[in-house]
Amino acid sequence: MSQFLQYLFSGVTVGSVYAVVAIGFNLIYSATGVLNFAQGEFVMLGGMVAISLMPLMPLPLAVMVAVGVVACCGCLLEVALFRRLRSHSVLHLVIITIGVSILIQEAALHLWDEKVRSLPYFTGNEVSSVTVAGASLSPQVFWVLGTVALGVALLQGFTRCTLSGRAMRACSSNPEAAMLVGINIRTMRTLAFGLSAGLGALAGCVISPIAMTHYDMGPELAIKGFAAAILGGLGNPMAAVVGGLLVGLLEAFSVSLVPSALKDVSAFAVLLLVLFLRPHGLLGRPSGTAVREA
Amino acid sequence: MKPRWLHPLPVVVATVIGFQLATAAAGKSYYLTQMTMAVYYAVVAVGLSLVMGYAGQISLGHGAFFAMGGYISALLTTHDLAAWKTAGWVRWLEGMGVLVVRPNLYEVGDLLTVAPWAAFGAALAVTGGVAVVIGFPSLRLKGLYLAMATLGFGLIVYRIVLGNRLLGAADGITGVPEWSLGFGLSVSGRSGVRVSNYYLAWALALGVVVLLQNIVGSRVGRALRAIHDRETAANAMGVNTARVKLQAFVVSAVLAAAAGSFLTHYNQGIGPSEASALKSVRYVALVAAGGMANLWGTLLVSTALNFLSLRGYFGTYDHAVFGVLLIVIITLAPEGPLRPLGEAMRRAWRSVSGGKEAGRGAA
Repeated sequence: MSQFLQYLFSGVTVGSVYAVVAIGFNLIYSATGVLNFAQGEFVMLGGMVAISLMPLMPLPLAVMVAVGVVACCGCLLEVALFRRLRSHSVLHLVIITIGVSILIQEAALHLWDEKVRSLPYFTGNEVSSVTVAGASLSPQVFWVLGTVALGVALLQGFTRCTLSGRAMRACSSNPEAAMLVGINIRTMRTLAFGLSAGLGALAGCVISPIAMTHYDMGPELAIKGFAAAILGGLGNPMAAVVGGLLVGLLEAFSVSLVPSALKDVSAFAVLLLVLFLRPHGLLGRPSGTAVREA
Repeated sequence: MKPRWLHPLPVVVATVIGFQLATAAAGKSYYLTQMTMAVYYAVVAVGLSLVMGYAGQISLGHGAFFAMGGYISALLTTHDLAAWKTAGWVRWLEGMGVLVVRPNLYEVGDLLTVAPWAAFGAALAVTGGVAVVIGFPSLRLKGLYLAMATLGFGLIVYRIVLGNRLLGAADGITGVPEWSLGFGLSVSGRSGVRVSNYYLAWALALGVVVLLQNIVGSRVGRALRAIHDRETAANAMGVNTARVKLQAFVVSAVLAAAAGSFLTHYNQGIGPSEASALKSVRYVALVAAGGMANLWGTLLVSTALNFLSLRGYFGTYDHAVFGVLLIVIITLAPEGPLRPLGEAMRRAWRSVSGGKEAGRGAA
């Protein structure tokens, strides 16, 4: 039983990070139709920037500044690059995000180095643990879960209850109509990139004490986040949470069945199976009539 | 219109021969070694061009396909089967003429391994099969799902070759024997056969380009271009889009494996870095740099860039160079830098040659 809980919590913890990456994918995909391959890089940058800021300021401030900085990077990326490429096809835009991903990785390699770093534990240290029903957990697990839950709730509140949030949803469901009612689509796209980057950075900070931060952690997170996103149903940010948790749990429990080297294969198998059996995701509806030229 | 005499094939052949003669004259024939490797890498890019430029899909797994080809060839041609000499399947393989005996360089006794040609065949078959498994689910759908599926596949292949002792882990596999093709030709890094290997690599690359040009000009190629332009319309016209995309992807993966197999014999070994995601991104960058749907452009640009990279001109910024290249080229010249360059040259030529046509254009 305690073994089971141990796996459960570890699955939910990594799963919540995948969920955040998946939400990031969804935000940008809904706003622009682009699959952003640099999504995992935002998570890495968040951790790295916060770690570099640690000597200068207390931890909470460092995390906040890191989130702000990375969110600005996301906005900047949209303003400087994607906004100028309106006439480019989605294929070209996606290829550009691949280039951006490599560039951020290489920049991180030269700015920092290839050492594995981490933030200090938010409360307690490596050995402190909390026992829940026989499973001993690091207090950081609760920080991760709490922060991600708060972030998702705030995002949900933002998109449901504020004017800008509603405008953003309008843009993703029908850009032309949104334009007709006077919504500035370009601002909304910038906002989507900023939010997506900021959320990723936040996840990168809270997971850093447990999972460490490394300059090439991005692509792996991106692939798992993407698996989570399509498992939930691409285009639906909240379904991504379900998808993320499922991928995380699957990964955690697969360790008890197969050698841990094959742990990463499970996310990939999920990806292929979902594409094969239910490409619109568990919670999505088949696109049917809607034709979106890719 | 392009002048008839400017067909790329003779021009490229002349350049290839010219490069060899120039290096021989300058006494720098070791340049040929890097050039040969660059050409093999270019074959991967040319194959990928079929997927990216014509089918309008992105594959981030071509580094992994290349590595699969190389690793299967390397493993089968170096793994000693002498311990199973009496087993039924080894006897059966021996009866098929698939196995060869060669002297062990390090210990007493002989090695019993799979012959290079059979390993090559196995590499192509396995890679083709894997490509079908990945491509079938992800290419049925509209959208760029293949990119993610292949990225995931690439990460797994990298993890496997890096963590598997049979595959040499971080050291890779070394001591891959040479592959003699008959007619005095053999794929090998010995300096004695450097020139013939240089021409062999080019012959393979040119053969691949001509083959792919024929595919592109055929019914399948027209279907591919229709899919690239507008998938729904192509579908409505009766093109089985999923099948055509899958065919293009599998052909391209098999070509990558073939290049990997050849280069592994040429280098007498292969390492895990070939399977890394950065290598796959590099191939994508090379296709973009060559002009996406431009096979000759991809061949020439990627040979040149790979050659510079292998000579170490990019230093520690090796990967970053390709990332920047990717962004800059797609941003400024999404059809590739060669076409605008060619047009600029043609305009310059017109203005020099009396301005007759240019004048008409202006009026």
